Amino acid sequence: MRELKITPIKNGTVIDHIGNGLALEVLKIIGVQSLDKDSTVSVALHVRSGKLGWKDIVKVENMELSPRKVNAIALIAPTATISIIREYKVREKRVVDLPDRIVGVLRCPNLNCISNQVEPVESEFDVAERRPVVLTCAFCERRVDDFLHHLA
Amino acid sequence: MSLHGRDVISIRDLTRPEIEELLDSARRMIPYAEGKKVTHPLTDKIVAMAFFEPSTRTRLSFESAVHRLGGECITIADPLVSSVRKGESLSDTVHMLTSYSDAIVLRHPNEGSARLAARVSEKPVINAGDGAGQHPTQTLLDLATMKEAFGTLSGLRVVLLGDLKYGRTVHSLAYALALFGAELVFSSPSTLRLPDEVRDQLEHMGVRIHEEDQLHRAVRDADVLYVTRIQKERFPDEAEYLKVAGSYRIDNGVLAGAKSRLIVLHPLPRAGEIAAEVDATSHAAYFRQAFLAVPVRMALLAALLGGPKSKGRS
Repeated sequence: MRELKITPIKNGTVIDHIGNGLALEVLKIIGVQSLDKDSTVSVALHVRSGKLGWKDIVKVENMELSPRKVNAIALIAPTATISIIREYKVREKRVVDLPDRIVGVLRCPNLNCISNQVEPVESEFDVAERRPVVLTCAFCERRVDDFLHHLA
Repeated sequence: MSLHGRDVISIRDLTRPEIEELLDSARRMIPYAEGKKVTHPLTDKIVAMAFFEPSTRTRLSFESAVHRLGGECITIADPLVSSVRKGESLSDTVHMLTSYSDAIVLRHPNEGSARLAARVSEKPVINAGDGAGQHPTQTLLDLATMKEAFGTLSGLRVVLLGDLKYGRTVHSLAYALALFGAELVFSSPSTLRLPDEVRDQLEHMGVRIHEEDQLHRAVRDADVLYVTRIQKERFPDEAEYLKVAGSYRIDNGVLAGAKSRLIVLHPLPRAGEIAAEVDATSHAAYFRQAFLAVPVRMALLAALLGGPKSKGRS
Protein backbone atom coordinates (compact mmCIF):
# COMPACT_ATOMS: atom_id res chain seq x y z
CA MET A 1 0.00 0.00 0.00
CA ARG A 2 1.27 3.45 -0.93
CA GLU A 3 1.94 5.98 1.79
CA LEU A 4 -0.56 8.85 1.80
CA LYS A 5 1.15 12.20 1.74
CA ILE A 6 -1.99 14.05 2.81
CA THR A 7 -3.90 13.09 5.93
CA PRO A 8 -7.51 11.91 5.59
CA ILE A 9 -10.37 14.33 6.29
CA LYS A 10 -13.50 13.61 8.27
CA ASN A 11 -15.94 15.65 6.18
CA GLY A 12 -15.34 17.58 3.00
CA THR A 13 -14.32 17.25 -0.63
CA VAL A 14 -11.36 15.68 -2.37
CA ILE A 15 -10.58 16.84 -5.87
CA ASP A 16 -8.23 14.31 -7.38
CA HIS A 17 -6.67 13.79 -10.81
CA ILE A 18 -6.24 17.52 -11.35
CA GLY A 19 -3.87 18.10 -14.25
CA ASN A 20 -0.30 18.74 -13.14
CA GLY A 21 0.19 22.37 -12.08
CA LEU A 22 -3.50 23.33 -12.00
CA ALA A 23 -4.20 22.91 -8.26
CA LEU A 24 -3.71 26.58 -7.50
CA GLU A 25 -6.27 27.48 -10.15
CA VAL A 26 -8.69 24.99 -8.58
CA LEU A 27 -8.12 26.70 -5.22
CA LYS A 28 -9.00 30.03 -6.79
CA ILE A 29 -12.28 28.56 -8.02
CA ILE A 30 -13.07 27.04 -4.64
CA GLY A 31 -12.39 30.40 -3.04
CA VAL A 32 -10.48 29.15 -0.01
CA GLN A 33 -10.46 32.60 1.56
CA SER A 34 -14.17 32.28 2.21
CA LEU A 35 -13.96 28.90 3.95
CA ASP A 36 -14.58 28.20 7.62
CA LYS A 37 -11.36 29.30 9.40
CA ASP A 38 -11.16 25.95 11.21
CA SER A 39 -11.12 23.97 7.98
CA THR A 40 -7.91 22.46 6.71
CA VAL A 41 -7.04 22.79 3.05
CA SER A 42 -4.44 20.35 1.75
CA VAL A 43 -2.77 20.68 -1.59
CA ALA A 44 -0.50 18.12 -3.17
CA LEU A 45 1.43 19.20 -6.22
CA HIS A 46 3.21 16.94 -8.66
CA VAL A 47 1.98 13.57 -7.37
CA ARG A 48 2.67 10.40 -9.36
CA SER A 49 -0.41 9.17 -11.19
CA GLY A 50 -0.99 5.96 -13.09
CA LYS A 51 -3.45 7.66 -15.44
CA LEU A 52 -1.92 11.10 -15.90
CA GLY A 53 1.77 10.60 -15.17
CA TRP A 54 1.68 13.50 -12.72
CA LYS A 55 -1.29 15.09 -11.06
CA ASP A 56 -2.33 17.53 -8.34
CA ILE A 57 -4.78 16.87 -5.49
CA VAL A 58 -6.81 19.29 -3.37
CA LYS A 59 -8.62 18.35 -0.16
CA VAL A 60 -10.90 20.78 1.62
CA GLU A 61 -12.50 20.11 4.96
CA ASN A 62 -16.14 20.93 5.71
CA MET A 63 -17.04 22.04 2.20
CA GLU A 64 -19.07 20.67 -0.67
CA LEU A 65 -18.80 22.29 -4.08
CA SER A 66 -21.69 24.13 -5.71
CA PRO A 67 -22.65 22.98 -9.22
CA ARG A 68 -21.25 26.26 -10.54
CA LYS A 69 -17.83 25.57 -9.02
CA VAL A 70 -17.90 22.01 -10.36
CA ASN A 71 -18.52 23.44 -13.84
CA ALA A 72 -15.60 25.82 -13.47
CA ILE A 73 -13.33 22.96 -12.40
CA ALA A 74 -14.56 20.89 -15.33
CA LEU A 75 -13.40 23.65 -17.65
CA ILE A 76 -9.86 24.05 -16.38
CA ALA A 77 -9.26 20.52 -15.04
CA PRO A 78 -11.41 18.20 -17.17
CA THR A 79 -9.67 15.07 -15.87
CA ALA A 80 -10.54 15.82 -12.23
CA THR A 81 -12.63 13.55 -10.02
CA ILE A 82 -14.61 14.85 -7.08
CA SER A 83 -15.22 12.76 -3.96
CA ILE A 84 -17.54 13.79 -1.16
CA ILE A 85 -16.25 12.58 2.22
CA ARG A 86 -18.51 12.05 5.22
CA GLU A 87 -17.22 10.48 8.43
CA TYR A 88 -13.92 9.59 6.69
CA LYS A 89 -15.75 7.58 4.01
CA VAL A 90 -16.21 8.37 0.33
CA ARG A 91 -19.98 8.82 0.02
CA GLU A 92 -20.00 9.95 -3.57
CA LYS A 93 -17.39 9.98 -6.32
CA ARG A 94 -17.77 11.36 -9.79
CA VAL A 95 -15.79 12.67 -12.70
CA VAL A 96 -16.45 16.29 -13.55
CA ASP A 97 -18.80 16.67 -16.47
CA LEU A 98 -19.58 19.76 -18.51
CA PRO A 99 -23.25 20.58 -19.00
CA ASP A 100 -24.31 21.92 -22.41
CA ARG A 101 -24.70 25.46 -21.02
CA ILE A 102 -22.43 27.12 -18.44
CA VAL A 103 -23.82 30.08 -16.54
CA GLY A 104 -21.94 32.62 -14.41
CA VAL A 105 -18.59 30.81 -14.48
CA LEU A 106 -16.61 32.77 -17.10
CA ARG A 107 -16.46 36.35 -18.25
CA CYS A 108 -16.84 36.80 -21.98
CA PRO A 109 -13.41 37.75 -23.38
CA ASN A 110 -15.16 40.20 -25.71
CA LEU A 111 -15.13 43.37 -23.63
CA ASN A 112 -17.78 44.85 -25.91
CA CYS A 113 -20.18 41.94 -25.25
CA ILE A 114 -23.46 42.98 -23.65
CA SER A 115 -22.79 40.49 -20.83
CA ASN A 116 -19.83 42.67 -19.77
CA GLN A 117 -21.96 45.81 -19.48
CA VAL A 118 -24.14 46.98 -16.60
CA GLU A 119 -27.11 44.73 -17.35
CA PRO A 120 -29.05 42.38 -15.06
CA VAL A 121 -27.64 39.31 -16.75
CA GLU A 122 -25.09 36.59 -16.01
CA SER A 123 -22.57 35.33 -18.51
CA GLU A 124 -23.68 32.26 -20.47
CA PHE A 125 -21.72 29.96 -22.71
CA ASP A 126 -22.76 27.00 -24.84
CA VAL A 127 -20.41 24.07 -25.33
CA ALA A 128 -19.59 24.14 -29.05
CA GLU A 129 -16.96 21.39 -28.97
CA ARG A 130 -16.01 18.95 -26.23
CA ARG A 131 -12.59 17.61 -27.29
CA PRO A 132 -10.91 19.96 -26.78
CA VAL A 133 -13.54 22.10 -25.11
CA VAL A 134 -14.59 25.21 -27.02
CA LEU A 135 -17.37 27.44 -25.73
CA THR A 136 -19.39 30.14 -27.49
CA CYS A 137 -20.90 33.10 -25.70
CA ALA A 138 -24.70 32.80 -25.74
CA PHE A 139 -24.93 36.54 -26.38
CA CYS A 140 -22.16 37.62 -28.76
CA GLU A 141 -21.16 34.17 -30.10
CA ARG A 142 -17.46 34.76 -29.30
CA ARG A 143 -15.61 31.44 -29.12
CA VAL A 144 -13.48 30.75 -26.04
CA ASP A 145 -10.93 28.02 -25.51
CA ASP A 146 -8.74 29.71 -22.90
CA PHE A 147 -10.65 29.45 -19.64
CA LEU A 148 -7.98 30.16 -17.03
CA HIS A 149 -7.86 33.86 -17.84
CA HIS A 150 -11.59 34.36 -18.02
CA LEU A 151 -12.91 32.86 -14.81
CA ALA A 152 -15.59 35.14 -13.36
CA MET B 1 -42.75 26.77 -41.44
CA SER B 2 -43.69 30.16 -40.06
CA LEU B 3 -41.69 33.18 -39.08
CA HIS B 4 -44.67 34.64 -37.28
CA GLY B 5 -43.72 36.11 -33.91
CA ARG B 6 -40.08 34.99 -34.12
CA ASP B 7 -36.96 36.97 -33.24
CA VAL B 8 -34.41 37.50 -35.99
CA ILE B 9 -31.07 38.03 -34.33
CA SER B 10 -28.62 36.24 -36.62
CA ILE B 11 -28.89 34.93 -40.18
CA ARG B 12 -28.28 31.54 -38.57
CA ASP B 13 -31.74 31.82 -36.99
CA LEU B 14 -33.17 31.27 -40.47
CA THR B 15 -33.13 28.06 -42.47
CA ARG B 16 -32.43 28.00 -46.18
CA PRO B 17 -36.16 27.48 -47.02
CA GLU B 18 -37.06 30.40 -44.75
CA ILE B 19 -34.50 32.64 -46.46
CA GLU B 20 -35.80 31.54 -49.87
CA GLU B 21 -39.36 32.33 -48.83
CA LEU B 22 -38.33 35.79 -47.61
CA LEU B 23 -36.45 36.50 -50.86
CA ASP B 24 -39.49 35.47 -52.91
CA SER B 25 -41.74 37.59 -50.74
CA ALA B 26 -39.33 40.55 -51.07
CA ARG B 27 -39.48 40.26 -54.87
CA ARG B 28 -43.28 40.41 -54.71
CA MET B 29 -43.06 43.45 -52.40
CA ILE B 30 -41.11 45.57 -54.89
CA PRO B 31 -44.13 47.37 -56.48
CA TYR B 32 -45.46 48.05 -52.98
CA ALA B 33 -42.07 49.41 -51.89
CA GLU B 34 -42.09 51.66 -54.94
CA GLY B 35 -45.55 52.96 -54.03
CA LYS B 36 -47.11 51.57 -57.23
CA LYS B 37 -49.38 49.22 -55.28
CA VAL B 38 -50.80 49.39 -51.76
CA THR B 39 -50.85 46.71 -49.04
CA HIS B 40 -51.50 47.19 -45.34
CA PRO B 41 -50.87 43.97 -43.39
CA LEU B 42 -49.43 46.04 -40.49
CA THR B 43 -52.54 48.16 -39.93
CA ASP B 44 -52.79 48.98 -36.20
CA LYS B 45 -49.26 47.68 -35.56
CA ILE B 46 -46.57 49.80 -33.92
CA VAL B 47 -42.90 49.02 -34.51
CA ALA B 48 -40.30 50.51 -32.15
CA MET B 49 -37.10 51.65 -33.83
CA ALA B 50 -34.47 51.61 -31.09
CA PHE B 51 -31.28 52.94 -32.62
CA PHE B 52 -28.47 53.42 -30.11
CA GLU B 53 -25.85 53.90 -32.82
CA PRO B 54 -25.92 56.25 -35.81
CA SER B 55 -27.70 54.83 -38.84
CA THR B 56 -29.14 56.35 -41.98
CA ARG B 57 -30.02 53.62 -44.43
CA THR B 58 -31.02 50.92 -42.00
CA ARG B 59 -33.34 53.07 -39.89
CA LEU B 60 -34.92 54.93 -42.79
CA SER B 61 -35.50 51.76 -44.82
CA PHE B 62 -37.09 50.04 -41.81
CA GLU B 63 -39.29 53.08 -41.20
CA SER B 64 -40.20 53.24 -44.88
CA ALA B 65 -41.03 49.51 -44.81
CA VAL B 66 -43.33 49.93 -41.80
CA HIS B 67 -45.14 52.88 -43.39
CA ARG B 68 -45.52 51.09 -46.73
CA LEU B 69 -47.14 48.18 -44.85
CA GLY B 70 -49.62 50.51 -43.14
CA GLY B 71 -47.99 50.38 -39.68
CA GLU B 72 -46.70 53.11 -37.38
CA CYS B 73 -43.21 53.70 -35.92
CA ILE B 74 -42.00 55.01 -32.62
CA THR B 75 -38.32 55.86 -32.75
CA ILE B 76 -35.27 56.35 -30.58
CA ALA B 77 -32.95 57.84 -33.17
CA ASP B 78 -30.44 59.37 -30.82
CA PRO B 79 -29.54 57.74 -27.50
CA LEU B 80 -28.15 61.05 -26.26
CA VAL B 81 -31.67 62.40 -25.86
CA SER B 82 -33.16 59.21 -24.39
CA SER B 83 -33.06 57.85 -20.85
CA VAL B 84 -30.02 55.77 -21.85
CA ARG B 85 -28.06 58.94 -21.22
CA LYS B 86 -29.34 58.81 -17.64
CA GLY B 87 -27.80 55.37 -17.26
CA GLU B 88 -30.80 53.16 -18.00
CA SER B 89 -29.86 49.60 -18.88
CA LEU B 90 -30.78 48.13 -22.25
CA SER B 91 -32.92 45.55 -20.42
CA ASP B 92 -35.04 48.27 -18.82
CA THR B 93 -35.37 50.16 -22.09
CA VAL B 94 -36.54 46.99 -23.83
CA HIS B 95 -39.06 46.29 -21.05
CA MET B 96 -40.54 49.68 -21.78
CA LEU B 97 -40.49 49.30 -25.58
CA THR B 98 -42.12 45.88 -25.46
CA SER B 99 -45.11 47.43 -23.71
CA TYR B 100 -45.36 50.28 -26.23
CA SER B 101 -45.03 48.34 -29.49
CA ASP B 102 -45.66 45.12 -31.43
CA ALA B 103 -42.03 44.58 -32.48
CA ILE B 104 -38.62 46.09 -31.78
CA VAL B 105 -35.94 46.87 -34.36
CA LEU B 106 -32.69 47.30 -32.44
CA ARG B 107 -29.31 48.71 -33.34
CA HIS B 108 -26.88 48.83 -30.43
CA PRO B 109 -23.10 49.20 -30.06
CA ASN B 110 -22.62 46.09 -27.90
CA GLU B 111 -22.32 42.62 -29.42
CA GLY B 112 -25.03 40.30 -28.10
CA SER B 113 -27.38 43.18 -27.27
CA ALA B 114 -30.11 41.92 -29.61
CA ARG B 115 -29.91 38.44 -28.06
CA LEU B 116 -30.39 40.01 -24.63
CA ALA B 117 -33.26 42.18 -25.90
CA ALA B 118 -35.00 39.12 -27.35
CA ARG B 119 -34.91 37.43 -23.94
CA VAL B 120 -36.44 40.45 -22.26
CA SER B 121 -39.00 41.30 -24.92
CA GLU B 122 -42.37 39.62 -25.26
CA LYS B 123 -42.53 40.98 -28.80
CA PRO B 124 -40.36 39.98 -31.77
CA VAL B 125 -36.92 41.60 -31.90
CA ILE B 126 -35.13 42.25 -35.18
CA ASN B 127 -31.40 42.82 -34.91
CA ALA B 128 -30.44 45.83 -37.03
CA GLY B 129 -26.77 45.53 -36.07
CA ASP B 130 -25.18 44.75 -32.70
CA GLY B 131 -21.70 46.26 -32.62
CA ALA B 132 -19.34 44.14 -34.69
CA GLY B 133 -21.76 41.22 -34.38
CA GLN B 134 -24.74 40.34 -36.56
CA HIS B 135 -26.84 42.29 -39.05
CA PRO B 136 -29.14 39.67 -40.58
CA THR B 137 -31.38 41.96 -42.64
CA GLN B 138 -28.29 43.36 -44.38
CA THR B 139 -27.44 39.81 -45.39
CA LEU B 140 -30.98 39.25 -46.66
CA LEU B 141 -30.87 42.33 -48.86
CA ASP B 142 -27.41 41.39 -50.15
CA LEU B 143 -28.79 38.00 -51.16
CA ALA B 144 -31.90 39.61 -52.68
CA THR B 145 -29.73 41.84 -54.88
CA MET B 146 -27.69 38.89 -56.14
CA LYS B 147 -30.79 36.78 -56.73
CA GLU B 148 -32.48 39.57 -58.65
CA ALA B 149 -29.41 39.97 -60.88
CA PHE B 150 -28.73 36.30 -61.56
CA GLY B 151 -31.97 34.46 -60.76
CA THR B 152 -30.08 32.12 -58.45
CA LEU B 153 -27.47 32.12 -55.70
CA SER B 154 -26.22 28.61 -56.32
CA GLY B 155 -22.89 28.40 -58.12
CA LEU B 156 -22.20 32.16 -58.09
CA ARG B 157 -18.56 33.13 -57.67
CA VAL B 158 -18.59 35.88 -55.06
CA VAL B 159 -15.54 37.94 -54.14
CA LEU B 160 -15.66 39.42 -50.65
CA LEU B 161 -13.26 42.34 -50.54
CA GLY B 162 -12.02 44.48 -47.70
CA ASP B 163 -12.21 44.13 -43.95
CA LEU B 164 -12.88 40.44 -43.53
CA LYS B 165 -11.70 40.45 -39.91
CA TYR B 166 -13.94 43.02 -38.25
CA GLY B 167 -16.65 43.51 -40.91
CA ARG B 168 -19.93 42.27 -39.46
CA THR B 169 -21.67 41.93 -42.78
CA VAL B 170 -19.07 39.68 -44.33
CA HIS B 171 -19.22 36.77 -41.89
CA SER B 172 -23.02 36.57 -42.04
CA LEU B 173 -23.03 36.90 -45.80
CA ALA B 174 -20.35 34.25 -46.24
CA TYR B 175 -22.37 31.87 -44.07
CA ALA B 176 -25.57 32.52 -46.03
CA LEU B 177 -23.82 32.14 -49.39
CA ALA B 178 -22.39 28.88 -48.13
CA LEU B 179 -25.93 27.66 -47.44
CA PHE B 180 -26.77 28.27 -51.09
CA GLY B 181 -23.67 26.65 -52.56
CA ALA B 182 -21.90 29.78 -53.79
CA GLU B 183 -18.15 29.81 -54.35
CA LEU B 184 -16.32 32.30 -52.14
CA VAL B 185 -13.16 34.27 -52.86
CA PHE B 186 -11.69 36.35 -50.04
CA SER B 187 -9.52 39.34 -50.79
CA SER B 188 -8.23 41.62 -48.05
CA PRO B 189 -5.18 43.41 -46.65
CA SER B 190 -3.06 40.78 -44.88
CA THR B 191 -3.92 42.09 -41.41
CA LEU B 192 -7.67 41.93 -42.10
CA ARG B 193 -7.96 38.32 -43.26
CA LEU B 194 -10.95 36.17 -42.39
CA PRO B 195 -10.62 34.82 -38.82
CA ASP B 196 -9.66 31.14 -38.68
CA GLU B 197 -12.79 30.19 -36.78
CA VAL B 198 -15.03 31.62 -39.52
CA ARG B 199 -12.97 29.91 -42.19
CA ASP B 200 -13.20 26.60 -40.31
CA GLN B 201 -16.97 26.87 -40.03
CA LEU B 202 -17.32 27.62 -43.73
CA GLU B 203 -15.06 24.74 -44.72
CA HIS B 204 -17.07 22.51 -42.41
CA MET B 205 -20.12 23.46 -44.50
CA GLY B 206 -18.32 22.19 -47.60
CA VAL B 207 -17.57 25.60 -49.13
CA ARG B 208 -14.74 25.97 -51.59
CA ILE B 209 -12.69 28.89 -50.26
CA HIS B 210 -10.16 30.81 -52.29
CA GLU B 211 -7.94 33.67 -51.22
CA GLU B 212 -6.64 36.17 -53.73
CA ASP B 213 -4.60 39.21 -52.78
CA GLN B 214 -4.37 40.59 -56.33
CA LEU B 215 -7.56 42.54 -56.95
CA HIS B 216 -7.57 42.29 -60.74
CA ARG B 217 -7.16 38.51 -60.54
CA ALA B 218 -9.90 38.21 -57.91
CA VAL B 219 -12.29 40.19 -60.11
CA ARG B 220 -11.53 38.35 -63.37
CA ASP B 221 -13.87 35.36 -62.97
CA ALA B 222 -16.26 36.85 -60.44
CA ASP B 223 -20.03 37.19 -60.73
CA VAL B 224 -20.30 39.41 -57.65
CA LEU B 225 -17.75 41.77 -56.14
CA TYR B 226 -18.85 42.60 -52.60
CA VAL B 227 -16.86 45.59 -51.34
CA THR B 228 -16.81 46.60 -47.69
CA ARG B 229 -15.69 49.75 -45.94
CA ILE B 230 -12.82 49.51 -43.48
CA GLN B 231 -14.63 50.64 -40.34
CA LYS B 232 -12.36 52.75 -38.17
CA GLU B 233 -14.69 52.39 -35.20
CA ARG B 234 -14.22 48.58 -35.12
CA PHE B 235 -10.44 48.71 -34.74
CA PRO B 236 -9.03 48.29 -31.25
CA ASP B 237 -5.94 50.20 -32.31
CA GLU B 238 -5.80 53.31 -34.52
CA ALA B 239 -2.30 52.43 -35.74
CA GLU B 240 -3.65 49.18 -37.19
CA TYR B 241 -6.41 51.14 -38.94
CA LEU B 242 -4.04 53.67 -40.45
CA LYS B 243 -1.91 50.87 -41.94
CA VAL B 244 -4.80 49.60 -44.04
CA ALA B 245 -6.95 52.68 -44.64
CA GLY B 246 -7.28 53.33 -48.37
CA SER B 247 -5.46 50.13 -49.31
CA TYR B 248 -7.94 49.16 -52.05
CA ARG B 249 -10.11 51.03 -54.50
CA ILE B 250 -12.43 49.80 -57.23
CA ASP B 251 -12.41 51.90 -60.38
CA ASN B 252 -13.05 51.29 -64.05
CA GLY B 253 -9.45 50.18 -64.51
CA VAL B 254 -9.88 47.35 -61.99
CA LEU B 255 -13.18 46.38 -63.60
CA ALA B 256 -11.79 46.40 -67.16
CA GLY B 257 -10.92 42.71 -66.91
CA ALA B 258 -14.21 41.66 -65.32
CA LYS B 259 -17.08 39.71 -66.85
CA SER B 260 -19.67 42.00 -68.41
CA ARG B 261 -22.35 40.70 -66.04
CA LEU B 262 -20.29 41.26 -62.86
CA ILE B 263 -22.19 43.26 -60.24
CA VAL B 264 -20.50 45.38 -57.58
CA LEU B 265 -22.21 45.53 -54.17
CA HIS B 266 -21.43 47.63 -51.11
CA PRO B 267 -23.40 47.90 -47.86
CA LEU B 268 -22.77 51.70 -47.94
CA PRO B 269 -21.76 54.24 -46.88
CA ARG B 270 -18.64 54.05 -49.02
CA ALA B 271 -15.54 55.98 -48.07
CA GLY B 272 -13.49 55.95 -51.23
CA GLU B 273 -13.51 52.16 -51.81
CA ILE B 274 -15.50 52.54 -55.03
CA ALA B 275 -14.70 55.40 -57.41
CA ALA B 276 -17.67 57.54 -58.48
CA GLU B 277 -16.92 56.66 -62.13
CA VAL B 278 -18.15 53.12 -61.45
CA ASP B 279 -21.66 54.45 -60.71
CA ALA B 280 -22.36 54.97 -64.42
CA THR B 281 -21.38 51.40 -65.40
CA SER B 282 -23.65 48.36 -65.62
CA HIS B 283 -21.58 46.82 -62.81
CA ALA B 284 -22.86 49.28 -60.18
CA ALA B 285 -25.59 47.52 -58.21
CA TYR B 286 -25.09 49.16 -54.80
CA PHE B 287 -27.87 51.71 -55.17
CA ARG B 288 -30.27 48.97 -56.26
CA GLN B 289 -29.04 47.04 -53.21
CA ALA B 290 -29.87 50.05 -50.99
CA PHE B 291 -33.37 50.25 -52.51
CA LEU B 292 -34.00 46.53 -52.00
CA ALA B 293 -33.57 47.14 -48.27
CA VAL B 294 -37.17 48.35 -48.26
CA PRO B 295 -38.95 45.37 -49.90
CA VAL B 296 -36.72 42.93 -48.00
CA ARG B 297 -37.56 44.55 -44.66
CA MET B 298 -41.22 44.73 -45.69
CA ALA B 299 -41.18 41.00 -46.39
CA LEU B 300 -39.63 40.29 -43.00
CA LEU B 301 -41.97 42.58 -41.04
CA ALA B 302 -45.00 41.15 -42.80
CA ALA B 303 -43.82 37.62 -42.02
CA LEU B 304 -43.20 38.41 -38.34
CA LEU B 305 -46.22 40.61 -37.67
CA GLY B 306 -48.88 40.09 -40.32
CA GLY B 307 -51.71 38.11 -38.68
CA PRO B 308 -53.06 37.65 -35.18
CA LYS B 309 -50.64 35.24 -33.42
CA SER B 310 -48.41 36.20 -30.51
CA LYS B 311 -44.66 35.64 -30.07
CA GLY B 312 -43.50 32.06 -30.12
CA ARG B 313 -40.01 30.69 -30.36
CA SER B 314 -39.12 27.70 -32.46
